[in-house]
Amino acid sequence: MLELNGVNKSFGGIQAVSHCTLNTKEYKISGLIGPNGSGKTTLFNLVTGFIPPDHGEIHFQGKRIDGLLPHEVAIRGIVRTFQITRILPKMTVLENMLIAPPHQTGEKFGSLWFKQKAVKKEEGENRKKALELIDLVRLSHLKDQFAENLSYGQQKLLELARGLMADPKMILLDEPTAGINPIMIKTIMELILKMKEWGMFFFIIEHNMDVVIELCEWVFVLDNGEKIAEGRPREIQNDPRVIEAYLGV
Amino acid sequence: MDLFLHLWIMILIYTIFAMSLNLEVGYTGLFNFGHVAFFGIGAYTSALLTLHQVPFELAFAAALIAAGLSGFFLSIPSLRLRGDYFGIATLGFGEIIRMIFQNEVWLTKGPMGLPGIPKPVLFSCRFATLPQYLLLTLGFAILTFLVLRFIIRSPLGRIFKAIREDEVASTALGKNVFHFRIKSFVIGSVFAGLAGTLWGHYITFISPGDFTLLETILVLLIVVLGGKGTEWGPVLGAIVLIFFQESLRFLRLPAEWAHYLAPLQQMIFGGLLVLLMIFRPEGILREKGKSTDVGTKRCQ
Repeated sequence: MLELNGVNKSFGGIQAVSHCTLNTKEYKISGLIGPNGSGKTTLFNLVTGFIPPDHGEIHFQGKRIDGLLPHEVAIRGIVRTFQITRILPKMTVLENMLIAPPHQTGEKFGSLWFKQKAVKKEEGENRKKALELIDLVRLSHLKDQFAENLSYGQQKLLELARGLMADPKMILLDEPTAGINPIMIKTIMELILKMKEWGMFFFIIEHNMDVVIELCEWVFVLDNGEKIAEGRPREIQNDPRVIEAYLGV
Repeated sequence: MDLFLHLWIMILIYTIFAMSLNLEVGYTGLFNFGHVAFFGIGAYTSALLTLHQVPFELAFAAALIAAGLSGFFLSIPSLRLRGDYFGIATLGFGEIIRMIFQNEVWLTKGPMGLPGIPKPVLFSCRFATLPQYLLLTLGFAILTFLVLRFIIRSPLGRIFKAIREDEVASTALGKNVFHFRIKSFVIGSVFAGLAGTLWGHYITFISPGDFTLLETILVLLIVVLGGKGTEWGPVLGAIVLIFFQESLRFLRLPAEWAHYLAPLQQMIFGGLLVLLMIFRPEGILREKGKSTDVGTKRCQ
């Protein structure tokens, strides 16, 4: 699915990502782990076009995507969430969801006036889907609330649901379970597994090894911007290089 | 009675002007400090054309197109900037446009201004007297209100709001933020042009001095006071502020106080803004989610 080929990025003198080559192949859920500051989020930013790479190529489904602008990457089917959630605070939960579908007819000024029927129909469908997803993340009772009134965990759920609403081929999750309680972590994991069944691909940055082991089929390990290992989560866990990177022994 | 009619005409014109700015400031989060430029372009275009015997329908249309087009061309460079920098760029554009009115004497007669702008005749209806003009502005104000409300409640308006709330999140979801900002800016400019046109034909004399930064600040104040990002906010804001401004103008003050009037008005506006920011920063009307059922989140 997602393929990075010798991707390089430095900020001033700091090599944030160096010669990174990885391929998520057909693994439905791939993981990306590594100590803090190892370049995981930078890698996500490179993939999604928020930061252009210095060198190297990024391919998605065989098509080159490096050099595209972030919104162009998004409409090619890669949607991301953020480490610090980025919900739309002064919009309701439902509105947050309705933003997500790509290429809405009603986004165009002309169609708004001349294709009112199509716009209405599409709105109805999107609304139905949004309500289903909101129900799935158990936020139905809050659908008309401003998103800023949600708790942190609920905001994470909303952001995830919104990503799914965009109907991407692959979704990049930046620490989906960081800072939320175990019950909600379970909800998030259930949701991810359900979506996997529906044929969505995931690429997840995660520190919680229990989550990684339970979810991921394949894991990449970054340290100082370099990929130091990859493999099945169980193997990775016992890899001496990985233990060294994490524990410094 | 005439004063009363005059008051409402001014309120309605400023309502249109403020609604157009509300789309940009309130809904898209574009702090445009040069909005008066498009008001001026509308006023000048329609005035110049009608003074050259162009039919009113055509002149009105041309004024809207001129305002929209200049909005489009000004937005391309300035919308590459963000936040404060965008504000400063628009401030500059506002002044540039005013300088053009002032210095292109062959076209605008410069500081002399354009006197004798005719009262409009639209589709063989003449709008010359105050009640007639009130009807005309009322019609346009309602039209503007409905059109903008339609846009705001549509998927397009939702994206404007999303961009205001979080540009990065909107981009990550595949929205071309730059394009949507241009759309908002152009729509706002067109309606500012409409307000300017109506104002020019009402006042019948325009000069560059009418299109200063102070005008922009006044509409900005209307939007913020009324409640930015609300449908009725600009209407309410215009009623309060224009009523206040225009009635102060007709206040019978003793002659020796008269020269305090203008500074007094500015002082009261300034004071009002300070008080507003302290006690109700969201304006008279506030943007709200549909339900107020906040308690439930704590039960989870």
